[in-house]
Amino acid sequence: MAERYSSFRSGSTSWLLQRVTAAFLVVVLAFHFFLLHFVQHASEVTFAGTTARMEEWGYLLTMVLFLLTATFHGVNGVYAALLNQGLTGTAKRAVQVVLAIAGLALAGQGTYLALVMSGVM
Amino acid sequence: MSQSYNRGLVEDFGRWREFTAGMWAWIFHKFTGWVLVGYLFTHIAVLSTAIAGANGQTVLVGGEQLNVYTATIQGLESLLIVRVMEVGLLAVAVFHILNGVRLLFVDLGLGLESQDKSFYASLIVTGVIVIASIPTFLEGAF
Repeated sequence: MAERYSSFRSGSTSWLLQRVTAAFLVVVLAFHFFLLHFVQHASEVTFAGTTARMEEWGYLLTMVLFLLTATFHGVNGVYAALLNQGLTGTAKRAVQVVLAIAGLALAGQGTYLALVMSGVM
Repeated sequence: MSQSYNRGLVEDFGRWREFTAGMWAWIFHKFTGWVLVGYLFTHIAVLSTAIAGANGQTVLVGGEQLNVYTATIQGLESLLIVRVMEVGLLAVAVFHILNGVRLLFVDLGLGLESQDKSFYASLIVTGVIVIASIPTFLEGAF
């Protein structure tokens, strides 16, 4: 069998979660792009239109899951890319802390925003 | 028959002339990933104008009071450079999706012998989708 080259240590939890989130994101990212550029147009987005979409519970839940999985996939991907460059020791720990804070801030702000858009908050 | 390849480190980018299809796929996937995660932070920042919008904040645009979120989105969309960058974002996203599906197959051990062909197919399909989408993305930008 040909040798595989991956950014992740095969068999690790982060490797598995990166693939599980990828499978979900493939579908939802395509849906998101298609809905907001082809079914509707980004240039016609209004506050009223956005809140109407976000008031649908299924849509809100999909968008929040989209945000959380995309944040994890993105931040975990950046971390793996940096590990590939030979990151070790204090620099590795610092990157872990910075990425964790950035990821949590993005997930927190995005979730709050989604709840505001849906009228829950 | 069992085969093993040693092509050296893909991180050693100075060797790019020696890179194979799979190594280019790895580099493109990484580059598009960096772009997408950077865009995600920007996207949430721009959409966050909806928080002020929900509090009733408006701005005067062309003599008309518009919700600050509506004005921000439509103001950005009125710029040709933003529309062109959106086409670039589409290219990046479509390639990352298609190559991501390719990677999922590779991880499952499916189609390993044609992984180079599936990379070329990802590039071609990305090109076709992006070119076909340009009219939709630039509609009303001129």
